[in-house]
Amino acid sequence: MNSENIISSDAPLSAVQQRMLRRVLQAMIPPSEVHQVPGADDPTIVAAILMAGAQQLPLLTPALDALHTYIETSNDSAGQDRPAESQDLAVEWFREQHPEIAGLLMALTIQCYYRDDRVMASLDMEPRPPFPQGYEVSDGDWSLLDPVRARGPIYRPTNNS
Amino acid sequence: MVESRVDKQADEQVDVLIIGAGASGAAAAWNLAETKMRIVCLEQGEWMNPSDYPSTTRDFEARSFGEFSISPNNRGRITDYPINDDHSPIKIANFNGVGGGTILYAGHYPRFHPSDFRVRSLDGVADDWPIDYETLAPFYDQDDQITGVSGLVGDPAYPAHPPKNSLMPPLPLGRAGETVARGFNARGWHWWPSDSAIATQPYEGRDRCINLGACLSGCAQGAKASTDITYWPAAIRAGVELRTRCRVSAVTVDDNDRATGAIYFDADGVRKHIRAEVVVLAMNGVGTPRILLNSTSQRFPNGLANSSGLVGRNLMFHPYATISGVFEEAQDGYRGPIDCLWSQEFYETRDEHNFLRGYTFEMTRGRGAVITALGGMASGRIPWGAAHHDAYRALHNRITGMVAICEDLPEAHNTVTLDPHLKDSDGVPSPRIDYTLSENSRNMLDHAVARATDVLRAAGAVDVMSESPLAVGGWHLMGTARMGTDPETSVVNEWGRSHDVKNLFIVDGSVFVTSAGVNPTRTISALALYITDSMKQRLANLFD
Repeated sequence: MNSENIISSDAPLSAVQQRMLRRVLQAMIPPSEVHQVPGADDPTIVAAILMAGAQQLPLLTPALDALHTYIETSNDSAGQDRPAESQDLAVEWFREQHPEIAGLLMALTIQCYYRDDRVMASLDMEPRPPFPQGYEVSDGDWSLLDPVRARGPIYRPTNNS
Repeated sequence: MVESRVDKQADEQVDVLIIGAGASGAAAAWNLAETKMRIVCLEQGEWMNPSDYPSTTRDFEARSFGEFSISPNNRGRITDYPINDDHSPIKIANFNGVGGGTILYAGHYPRFHPSDFRVRSLDGVADDWPIDYETLAPFYDQDDQITGVSGLVGDPAYPAHPPKNSLMPPLPLGRAGETVARGFNARGWHWWPSDSAIATQPYEGRDRCINLGACLSGCAQGAKASTDITYWPAAIRAGVELRTRCRVSAVTVDDNDRATGAIYFDADGVRKHIRAEVVVLAMNGVGTPRILLNSTSQRFPNGLANSSGLVGRNLMFHPYATISGVFEEAQDGYRGPIDCLWSQEFYETRDEHNFLRGYTFEMTRGRGAVITALGGMASGRIPWGAAHHDAYRALHNRITGMVAICEDLPEAHNTVTLDPHLKDSDGVPSPRIDYTLSENSRNMLDHAVARATDVLRAAGAVDVMSESPLAVGGWHLMGTARMGTDPETSVVNEWGRSHDVKNLFIVDGSVFVTSAGVNPTRTISALALYITDSMKQRLANLFD
């Protein structure tokens, strides 16, 4: 997935709503240097989420506005400049007050995050669809059937069998 | 619905009208083709293009929740009809298109057992079928040839005679199969490679399975036997006409209680009538009672073929539980078909159980990256925040397990009726499902979860998770137009003909008397072959 290839509609979210969305996504899946993966607030992944969730945006935007209002009224408007614990409090509020929207956003995020090239590479997955190459699966050890064979029939007889 | 209410201007006449192009309709069409009668099949869905299946794109897991969802209500294609399943803990799963449910099924392809046809005699519940396993055995064999079944001969859970042959080697065990097999062996319990409708070698123009791992959203490789690539090409070559985007709303009858054809809506929503000497219903255990109940007239005010009052009653699902273990060692993850192995250790009634009948464990191999994350976050195993990544990696490629597919006993209060408000895009009333899980089923599910947990722990699982009943698991729709010799207690006779309407036949899962504890598609196909063979044997006096 390459952000340059994603054509987004005209301003699906306002600048404030985009900031709130990234704040929630960053809290959901932050970047990891250890695993060499971006956070879910990475621009490419955000673009994919907005495209995949285009039909759900009318549900999402009021909740993002509410998050912004909450932050403003709780004097946390600096947002990203605040300590992580402070940001988490706002996102926790969002999850508690809007559980269905948080669940929807979580599902959309996961669907896009775990098909990102960088994330798949980190998981030792090839960044491609299953078809047409497919995958290898080992045949396995069929001698494991030996005790099943040794036990013999277990079917229930009827008058005819 | 009587003919007088129908505009006859556009009528056409055929010999046999088949309604529905899924597993049963395809087998019926193929088997009747040699009669050289004029046979037309009406299907509300469309032909599928395998290159459109999700496994051809990077977002294949996401698409399996949308346009390829197993739920018609989530999928919402123009070719689907909505279903009110708000009053059922188990939601309907289906697909409308050429191939029907076989487009999205896993390909698990077990046969019923001889004991499944003798439930009343053996266990004192439900009813015996009016036919037995031996009657159906040659039609199982015939279907096996068309479908192309892989597996391993010698399963001790089935009698050696009549033999259940395999045409191709079994699917690979893989790491996950070995893990689960070791768990069953540690408990001393039965397991065996699954019979599968997935080709493990090139077979009749289909290529072998390449382990795409996306069987439930259509097989782009064509290794999985859906009837659009098995029965239908042969039936069409033999002269059967298959028309897509034709949604039947009702079967018509004359004053002599004979079916005269069907009313349907074409792709443009134009209402038409097609006349037929014989009508064959193949719309599954929800679609068939829906159309019968919508076919009312003065002669049949409660729906067609319903003098017994049993059309739409005795709906059976297979209540499912899903049980998965988390292992420290890598399993197969997203690779490989769902089908792998099964266990029928607890298939039959036992004195020590608090339930009658039994279930099959079917291994489910692994999970994709997205499904792993969704399940992990929904269950709280994967948190939000910095700990997300390590928690995810503890599950990725490390989950395997099984489902329990439980025999559901027929109960008259589990019904398909017509919803008074909900309609499809052509204005045809939608089905409403009213279903409660019986105490017998609950006990069986609890037993299955406990025993599967034993197996997975014995195999080395460090964590076990389960869902019971599986809410989305209403794949198997059976019993709503049951077969029997007594017109007061059944809808069709022992060879699928309506007791009330002598030229009306039902060939789908509606006719099941009991559900068994296995997937029904192989038996649905075999029954369709058996019923249509019975029709061919009786052509001279079919309506007597």
